[in-house]
Amino acid sequence: MSIVQANHLSFTYTGASKPSIEDISIGIAPGEFVVLTGPSGCGKTTICRCLNGLIPNFYSGDFAGELIVDGMSVKQHTTAELAPHVGMVFQNPENQLFSLSVERDVAFGPENLGLRREETRKRVDWALDVTGISPLKDKPPYELSGGQQQRAAIAAVLAMQPKVMILDEPTSFLDPKSALEILEVISDLNKKLGITIILVEHRLDIVSKHANRVVVMDNGRIVLDGTPKDVYGEHARLIGIGLPRVTTLFNLLQRDGIRFAETPTTVDEAVDVVRKMLIR
Amino acid sequence: MSLKVFDGFKFAKLPTPIHNMDPRAKFIMTMGIFAAALMFQNIYALIIIFLIQLPIVYASRSWRKWAGSMRAGLLLAVLIFVMNFVFGSTFVFSAAMTLRFVTLMSTFSLFFMTTSPDDLGLALEQTHVPYTLSFTFTTSVRLVPTMALDAQTVIDAQRSRGLELDRGNFMKRIRNYIPILIPLIVSAIRRSIELAEALESRGFGASPNRQPLIVLRMKATDYLVVTLTILMVTLAVYVYFYVPLPILDIPIKMPKIFPWF
Amino acid sequence: MIQTEGLKFAYPGSPEVLRGIDLEINDGEFVAIMGENGAGKTTLVKTFNGLLMPSSGRVKVDGTDTHDSSVAKLSRDVGLVFQNPDHQLFSETVREELAFSLRNFGYEEDTIDRRVASILETLDLTRYAQSSPFVLSGGERKRVALAAVLVWNPKHIILDEPTIGQDYQQKDRLRNFIVQLSAQGKTVIIISHDVEFVAECKPRIILLSRGLVIGDRPAEDILTDEALLDRASLTRPQIGALMHQLRNYGLPERTIDVYSAEQAILNALGRKE
Repeated sequence: MSIVQANHLSFTYTGASKPSIEDISIGIAPGEFVVLTGPSGCGKTTICRCLNGLIPNFYSGDFAGELIVDGMSVKQHTTAELAPHVGMVFQNPENQLFSLSVERDVAFGPENLGLRREETRKRVDWALDVTGISPLKDKPPYELSGGQQQRAAIAAVLAMQPKVMILDEPTSFLDPKSALEILEVISDLNKKLGITIILVEHRLDIVSKHANRVVVMDNGRIVLDGTPKDVYGEHARLIGIGLPRVTTLFNLLQRDGIRFAETPTTVDEAVDVVRKMLIR
Repeated sequence: MSLKVFDGFKFAKLPTPIHNMDPRAKFIMTMGIFAAALMFQNIYALIIIFLIQLPIVYASRSWRKWAGSMRAGLLLAVLIFVMNFVFGSTFVFSAAMTLRFVTLMSTFSLFFMTTSPDDLGLALEQTHVPYTLSFTFTTSVRLVPTMALDAQTVIDAQRSRGLELDRGNFMKRIRNYIPILIPLIVSAIRRSIELAEALESRGFGASPNRQPLIVLRMKATDYLVVTLTILMVTLAVYVYFYVPLPILDIPIKMPKIFPWF
Repeated sequence: MIQTEGLKFAYPGSPEVLRGIDLEINDGEFVAIMGENGAGKTTLVKTFNGLLMPSSGRVKVDGTDTHDSSVAKLSRDVGLVFQNPDHQLFSETVREELAFSLRNFGYEEDTIDRRVASILETLDLTRYAQSSPFVLSGGERKRVALAAVLVWNPKHIILDEPTIGQDYQQKDRLRNFIVQLSAQGKTVIIISHDVEFVAECKPRIILLSRGLVIGDRPAEDILTDEALLDRASLTRPQIGALMHQLRNYGLPERTIDVYSAEQAILNALGRKE
């Protein structure tokens, strides 16, 4: 039973000359870790907005087809009704955190849902703990580093206990070390808490080891869908997505006539393949 | 254009009794000074009212910022003085009106400087102002320093393209601010949209019954401040009606060179 | 040449952001300034065009001390492209946007027309000449912001985080463009935390951490030094990490880009055959 099911989903923003997404049909099972990628303008952000109800509630336009998230049809529910089921973390942590203490920002979601104070307290403490920022709870968000801010943004969404979490390029503004750390946090949410993750990313080199599924979009349509190994081939390269460097390296070696079992998508896999090649 | 004018209203967290005061009590205290300042025209009374702020500023450890906020209002203060004097008021009266203005401005500056926008919002909520209104208010206050930073970046970016803000005649200078204002407004709009998206995604407006995690509770000291304020206002009213205050008369007046008197 | 001598900077009432920097960037060099958030990278480049004046020490651009000049004068030679294009776009059309700086610098209208047309062509923006910059996509706005600085042909160009939010193709185009600028003899300075992008460009890297320079060497040296990378919150580029783990198999450890790695592996295999 899919937790996200899209059937022939299309959307054209008001005033746009063509649809941003066209004929999207995809099913995502609970617990999957899906990476959504594609060149700029391919429709990734539009899909994200559909998934949590910002489309059609916040953004107007022509909505065709069907999108069901956790049993609810996006067309028939407000973003607020969908919020406890599907949460979204945005690119820029600065514009998501607006309170003067991390704790209050994390409490904002549960408070909006009208939960009792004791319940909100429990959820806030839990979310801060899971994301590893309990010691920072009284600090104002602008005093935190980028990586800490994104953790706080994730905690703020987590406190609503959604079954699905969408993250739109959360590492964009982070330095490489923080980017790796935040991906570990996201991976834990998936592995330990069973939250379905839909991660929009350009930096496939750092997400490939966590994802069990990569969906590539181009010009508003889904063009590739499979495991990283399935997807990181010539077609992907032609579309222009940023394959992990090791994958590109091995694609080149393959063209040079070198044989090996499987194209690696992570450094560890690549090390293995090269060792085997050299020992032969 | 100095952006330091915003510093005087920007909240900074410090562990002082003024900062820790319940915002509702603080507001009542501020309004008390406000009311007293509006009541009197006598320069001696206004001086006293202005001086009442000083122990409060001392307790809040915000001298420099407080002084800065008054410096920012200097232009307006001078304008008020000049307008009063030129249109026939005595020197002392004009000074009194100026002092009144400065008192009003500095007292509100003190309030905002020592009250976090979050606490303000909570205070508004707990006094049953509709949530959307109180939220709009506190978010606006909170965004002021952010916008100030944005403004500085825009100024830097445009100066790096050869824009000179301190050159040219009056008209040119005003036109030179267009490349500053437009990106600032656009930035503000984009920022607001992003914030709105994030708020919607966290269920803003989902339920009419919000139970905030953190609740303001008035402590004994807060009630004391309210009581003192009420006493002070009562005293002020009494003095206004029943106590003849000494009048200061400095015989300086605007020479009769203008036709309106 | 851009030089700094004992450069220190602090915003009034705040701790020092730059704590003593001595640098020399020669004409035509390609340099990447890297370091963790808050290390002082943007603050540093703002001293190069006079936006910020040193609290102590000096900054000299082509021999002129920035104290003796102004932002408007220094900007003619030092073009700074800010990270967020929305902080500078304001005109009704892209054409007007590009003409803005030229008018500020006092160029004649016909020269302005020529230069604007030329830069529109170079950055593939001609079709947007009459469009409002606000309706363009994020990537296109970034190109317009870049064009708006290149239009007056400064000798030294500084790009602050040019790769954030860009997809692979856009980064590829950017890399090629930087190579072109370098070939034209321009000094190109980029601020970036995108290790993969820098690894493919292989510039000289100036590594900043907490207001001090902790490394100033070619990319192959900096991006393979674990200790330095860690201090600056950076990671090894993928190819570098791969080669590091294979160093005991005779593969060169200082390889950080794909093509060199390809050659190295082919050589290693060739030797075996």
